[in-house]
Amino acid sequence: MNVGKQIERLGMMNMAERPFRDHVVLLLRLGLPLLFFPAAAPAQSENSCLDCHAALDPPLQVSPESFGQDIHAQKGLTCTSCHGGDPSSMDPTVSMSRAAGFRGKIRRGEIPALCARCHSDAAYIRQFNPSLRTDQFSQYQTSIHGKRLARGDTKVAVCADCHKVHDIRPASDARSTVHPLNLAETCARCHSNSEHMKGYSIPTDQFAGYAASVHREALIVRGDLSAPTCATCHGNHGAAPPGVASVEFVCSTCHVFQAQLFDSSPHKAPFEAMGLPACVTCHSNHRIEHPTDAMIGMGSESTCVKCHSPGDAGYEAAENIHARLAQLETAINTADQVLDRAERSGMEVSQARLEQAQARDALTKARVTFHSFRVTRVDEDVNAGLKVAALTFQAGVKALAERDYRRKGLAISLVTILVVLMGLRLYVRWLESDRQTRSPSVQE
Amino acid sequence: MLARVRDWLDERFGWDELIAPLRKKTVPVHRYSHWYFLGGITLFLFLIQVGTGILLLLYYRPSANEAFESVQYIMTRVEFGWLVRSIHSWAGNLMILTAFAHMFSVLFLRAYRKPRELTWVSGMLLLFLALGFGFSGYLLPWNTLAFFAIKVGTEVAGQVPLIGKWLVVFLRGGEEVTGATLTRFFGFHVALLPGITTLLIALHVALVQRFGISVPRSLEAQWKTLPSVKREMRFFPNFLLRELMAWYVALGVLGALAALAPWELGTKADVFAPAPAGIRPEWYFLFMFQTLKVLPAKVWFIDGEVLGVLAFGAGGLLWLLLPFFDRNGQGRARQWILGAGIFAVAYIIAMTVYGYAAK
Repeated sequence: MNVGKQIERLGMMNMAERPFRDHVVLLLRLGLPLLFFPAAAPAQSENSCLDCHAALDPPLQVSPESFGQDIHAQKGLTCTSCHGGDPSSMDPTVSMSRAAGFRGKIRRGEIPALCARCHSDAAYIRQFNPSLRTDQFSQYQTSIHGKRLARGDTKVAVCADCHKVHDIRPASDARSTVHPLNLAETCARCHSNSEHMKGYSIPTDQFAGYAASVHREALIVRGDLSAPTCATCHGNHGAAPPGVASVEFVCSTCHVFQAQLFDSSPHKAPFEAMGLPACVTCHSNHRIEHPTDAMIGMGSESTCVKCHSPGDAGYEAAENIHARLAQLETAINTADQVLDRAERSGMEVSQARLEQAQARDALTKARVTFHSFRVTRVDEDVNAGLKVAALTFQAGVKALAERDYRRKGLAISLVTILVVLMGLRLYVRWLESDRQTRSPSVQE
Repeated sequence: MLARVRDWLDERFGWDELIAPLRKKTVPVHRYSHWYFLGGITLFLFLIQVGTGILLLLYYRPSANEAFESVQYIMTRVEFGWLVRSIHSWAGNLMILTAFAHMFSVLFLRAYRKPRELTWVSGMLLLFLALGFGFSGYLLPWNTLAFFAIKVGTEVAGQVPLIGKWLVVFLRGGEEVTGATLTRFFGFHVALLPGITTLLIALHVALVQRFGISVPRSLEAQWKTLPSVKREMRFFPNFLLRELMAWYVALGVLGALAALAPWELGTKADVFAPAPAGIRPEWYFLFMFQTLKVLPAKVWFIDGEVLGVLAFGAGGLLWLLLPFFDRNGQGRARQWILGAGIFAVAYIIAMTVYGYAAK
């Protein structure tokens, strides 16, 4: 049966007017969910909305199972909290009447304000969750979504688009559409849909870029929930793209040292003058890939050559810094190889391994210091790392020399043992042959 | 010079009289004679362990905060410390190997039969003590593998009915494996076990001395009926010199293992870290560990692990009392013991290989 017709019939007829067959069908459709979802059933036993909507086909269907897990239902709110009406009556003409305050389906444009009735009321929210913020609606009104909605564009995201409708879960719930692990996909539902985004003149490849980024890898592969997702940089309820001037501030919430170094670097002023966004110019925005030393210097993957050309000071500095970083990395790898060989030979080199971590730290620090774009500052860290790497390399060489010394010692010992064994064997032979002539040791 | 020293000793202690039994002592010579060396090699490896253990004691510190670092210090800074520690560890493992080989050689040659029942019992007790040395010594470097292996090992002890919980607390010095366990194991390893072992070795050697060396039953009968075919060798110096050669070979093997495959130290144990994958005990416990692993959670109404622990306990007890089941040395009992011996060797080898192959 067509959904419209179905609801129309249910709405128009009272119980007495319904044909017997419909009573049976309705009874079965209402009764079966109660049988299968007994946990949700008691709370909704007085709720005629759910009784009927559980039996309807989508999009009018509301499953008691999912609504039972909705954070609002769990806090004791019911359908009437948003839709009005009288859930105590099984007669749709009463329960869904204007007299009972029934508002029906909430229009998209009205959803933020409806949600804000509670979510902007600090005194009301406090009784359920004292730490929950109540500025979502005011933030939303400053967002691109909120502003466009105010201008009558109902295609933009409203609360229900991100949080869902009848099975809204807290953001801390991993099944929530706004949990850090799921948020990017939620945003991508609209922002990667070129059909939906037609007319907004913004690209739709943000998610594809983010999916290949180091941030996404940290979040999904390493499970680091503090790794950035869309809302980390754009804000959630007040979502908007950061302006050129604010990009650095966005990135610096996590990358503090890089931002500080950049601020005091020779790049700060020219970037501002040219209107180049600080971090994004070299690292991109959504597709932020693993930074490599190849990004520095003069190679094909270098970002420096976008602005610098042979002969200028920046070109020379980039070349120098790249060479110095490569030098430290080579020194660390060489020391590692020697230590590996020593370790495979059974030598104890754990102390050198521990010190090797300091050399790696120095390399990491040098890569951060690079954001000062000053060769002398990078040199300080590189030199500290080279010093440690030289010591660990020496420790590895010493361990290998010790291994060779032990092997020589073993060879000498084994030869000595062999000589003693042969001597003993000869002595036993002599002893027994001698005794055999006089007083045999082996009695037969 | 030597003669003068000997005269001096003889004058005061009656040296010649003291060593007279040794001069009279003989060792049977037959095609299985080489098995006789195993007991001596085991004793030699024990003496090596005593010597190297004393040297390790000069630097080792038995506390959770210092144990790992002290062993690391021994391995890297102490002159020849690496050699002493590696020899100590390898000698311990080889000693258990030779002790097992010695036990099975005695079993298959049926050297345990009357009047040598107590020699067998004391030898079996020494084998159990050797396993105890291995178990207690394994924890002492306080590295990750040892920590978790001991944790699992002591948990198995908790499966013993009635006294399991008490046994775990006794072994660990508390509910968990902590620094108290390390101190306790150190006490077992350097004081309790060596004391008991020394007494038992003295008893075992005295019994061997008292009853002489056993001859396989078939040869014994043959030599009785035809004394002319009987072949013997003087213990001193002929057998002893040969035993000395075997000791030298063992020393060479030990040195080679220590130099080419020094006993690794691993990483320091972190009591709060999760257990790394693939934790398993030393090879000599692996057949038991693997058996407990493959047993189902419930066998009828008995817990699988409890059943396994009870079975190994009963098996060990029966093995200890084995000579008393073979009183007349003939017939079904003999066949059963031979079969049990073959089965035990095959089972130990198979389950050990399986334990290493299984992930």
